[in-house]
Amino acid sequence: MVSILPLEMKAATASMRGKKLVGPVNFTLETKGFTIVVGPNGAGKTTFLRLMHGLQRCAGGQMNWAVPADEAQQKQAFVFQSPIMMRRSVVDSLAYPLRLRGVGKAEARTQARECAARFGIGPLLESWAPMLSGGEKQKLSLARALIIKPEVLFLDEPCANIDGRATREIETLLKTAQAAGTRIVMSTHDMGQARRLGEDIVFMLKGMVHEHSPAEMFFSTPLTAEAKAFTNGDIVE
Amino acid sequence: MDSIGQGFWDAWGLIISLDPDLYEIIFLSLQVTVSAVIIASVIGLPMGAWLAVNRFWSRRYVIAVLNALMGLPPVVVGLFVYMLLSRAGPLGGFGLLFSPSAMIIAQVIIITPLIASISHQTIRDLWAEYHDLLISMNATRTQRITALLWDGKRALLTATLAGFGRAIGEVGAIMIVGGNIEHATRVLTTAIALETGKGNFAFAMGLGLVLIVLAVIINLLIHIIGKTERASTW
Repeated sequence: MVSILPLEMKAATASMRGKKLVGPVNFTLETKGFTIVVGPNGAGKTTFLRLMHGLQRCAGGQMNWAVPADEAQQKQAFVFQSPIMMRRSVVDSLAYPLRLRGVGKAEARTQARECAARFGIGPLLESWAPMLSGGEKQKLSLARALIIKPEVLFLDEPCANIDGRATREIETLLKTAQAAGTRIVMSTHDMGQARRLGEDIVFMLKGMVHEHSPAEMFFSTPLTAEAKAFTNGDIVE
Repeated sequence: MDSIGQGFWDAWGLIISLDPDLYEIIFLSLQVTVSAVIIASVIGLPMGAWLAVNRFWSRRYVIAVLNALMGLPPVVVGLFVYMLLSRAGPLGGFGLLFSPSAMIIAQVIIITPLIASISHQTIRDLWAEYHDLLISMNATRTQRITALLWDGKRALLTATLAGFGRAIGEVGAIMIVGGNIEHATRVLTTAIALETGKGNFAFAMGLGLVLIVLAVIINLLIHIIGKTERASTW
């Protein structure tokens, strides 16, 4: 199977109504790892993830996957900070990404049931997705993203609105997904989570990739004063 | 009050005695209206969804025209369809004038903009909610429209029911293109107009009550079948 990685970004920018939100960014998403994107509010973390995934148009510079963009898009998934629940049952929500890829209804539902069991939402199969609790919705979002076995998974602060127990469950599921070969890129405000999960850290500030280094180095000897202040819990603007 | 009471009593008598003329009128009313609603829904619902999902330079104008067409005067539609279907008209060869088919055509023209416009507003809200998800999943344009129509189906019932409400109570257009011919194109509304014209107010009022009850029953049935207004599936 041909890998869609690495992703090369050269002076890539994202804008909205003429205002630059992110960039210019020079960044390479390597084939392996668990990348954590951190930074203060408004630093551009979400836009950076959306830019890589293709939800945000690249306004300038270059962004190149190892394969054509259409092909690369088929092998990615995105988990949003506020889960978007389709007005369907859990099993039908899970089956939907497979149905989009031409899998038959019966087969898609069978795979959805297996996936729900793995993600601990098996008993909720026939529940109405919008009625789930916050933690259950986020687990469903994650399961829905991973059911297509994406090569790259983007997550935008997936644990921002859920409690500690649900966060731990999500982290376990993410580690399992990574072990199964999924390349993960996730933004978070939780430094503890960044330390637990991150293999490399992207520190964003004012729409720029301010620092990108291995997690151990970032937390022990950050290269810039801003990163040092951020890891110390100081306010960085 | 006596007239209303007498009319209700007369209508009730006709209903329980299974009066064949009354049931023929009720059946034709339902046949014409339900056919028109189905055809208009097949056209209007995807049109509304398509307008919600697509961006093009004239979109704003198309939506404004569609909204304006919701208030299309039925008599003008009736006149237009009459001219189309009359012997001298471009579709005169089909011999449809003064037939239930002509009435269905007129009703489809009247209610399609209504269904398309309401469904557009419903789908637009759902599209705002689903946009990022469906783009992220790389759904094609057709897949997006299908998902929006399917997931919005309960809300879209409102659009369909609004179309049904307008069609079942319509009189001007179907009077012109149907001709209110006994045992052929007479429906509840045209019968009411006829009886009122004859000064037979009591019977006209009775027919009116039948029309209202019929509309309520159909709406209830659709809500029951569609499982709307339930806490777990709103």
